[in-house]
Amino acid sequence: MPITRQHELHVRRSRRNLLLAGLLGGFVVLIFAITVVKLSSGQLMEAFDHVVRPSLLEGTNDG
Amino acid sequence: MTGATAEKFIVEADFDDYVTLLKPRVMSLAVFTAAVAIVAAPGFVHPVIALASILFIAVGAGASGALNMWWDSDIDGIMRRTRNRPVPAGRVRREDAFALGAWLSGFSVVMLGLTANLLAAGLLAFSIFFYVVIYTVCLKRVTPQNIVIGGAAGALPPVIGWAVATEGIGTAAILMFLLIFIWTPPHFWALALFVKDDYADAGIPMLTVTHGNRTARWQILAYTALLVPVSLLLAFSEVGGPATLLAAVWLNASFLSAGLALVRRTDSQSNKDGWTAERRMFRISLVFLFALFAAVAADAVLRPILDGFLHWPHLV
Repeated sequence: MPITRQHELHVRRSRRNLLLAGLLGGFVVLIFAITVVKLSSGQLMEAFDHVVRPSLLEGTNDG
Repeated sequence: MTGATAEKFIVEADFDDYVTLLKPRVMSLAVFTAAVAIVAAPGFVHPVIALASILFIAVGAGASGALNMWWDSDIDGIMRRTRNRPVPAGRVRREDAFALGAWLSGFSVVMLGLTANLLAAGLLAFSIFFYVVIYTVCLKRVTPQNIVIGGAAGALPPVIGWAVATEGIGTAAILMFLLIFIWTPPHFWALALFVKDDYADAGIPMLTVTHGNRTARWQILAYTALLVPVSLLLAFSEVGGPATLLAAVWLNASFLSAGLALVRRTDSQSNKDGWTAERRMFRISLVFLFALFAAVAADAVLRPILDGFLHWPHLV
């Protein structure tokens, strides 16, 4: 016979998990928004890879 | 399943218990003062960056609250005011409170560094360290100056907000820091006057316990008087304006008159009327800080409009 009756504990856990999922989803959206803002405002987003490139030299990255 | 085990399951933590661990009311002070500093600071901060930064400052403040509840769970269980907190009430394990606080501390500092700048992240890390290690672990159970020195941690959010906006620390940010720093002792000592037994039972050397209520009443008045020059200087700083000046005059007058009422009273008078003046002082202290920072925000909004016909003197 399947167990159909939910204990209060399961309701509580389910609520906790849903809220945590919501928080994680919100965090993903926030990181996406920050990335869009940083990229669209033209900030330098390149990581340093130990190789000299034009954008690292002063006065050469303004086009 | 034994009765004890069943009981343990029944008190399993709810989501709200983890929120309570982050001390949302303390967090609201950090959020509000940091947000005002970002709004009032010179320069433009993109709304998304500002919102994200305020969120990470709030998470950092909450993390230090969780670490505080982890360390203080023994005395929290003794005091009436705190015995229903998640750890002493048995809904969250001490180790879980520590894990939540430690992880959120690291998370908030790293995320603020990536979102805003390293100075803001460093200041947030310092404020968490100061609140947890210097205040909670080293000072709280040792000296009646605990909340005077520990107040520095709660005073840092506007400096962090300023660093988010300017990548530096300005005079106005230092004045906002001083304002909260000097405001903290009268706020907590007013509370200590009417919950004195709680602190004494837990063995916390609050000024009211170690030096008595008479000394505490005079110290409250002294710190309240110190707020006058700091708030007036803030009104004539680069974030000040007519709204800040008006608020400073009105709020200082109310705060000082409430402080004067405290020194004119004796404990027996307070006992008779249920410590109404002390409770009023506590309430006014809350209004003081929120209203003064709201006035700074109002001046930041009004500045572009007023600049055309009002030359406000910036003395500092």
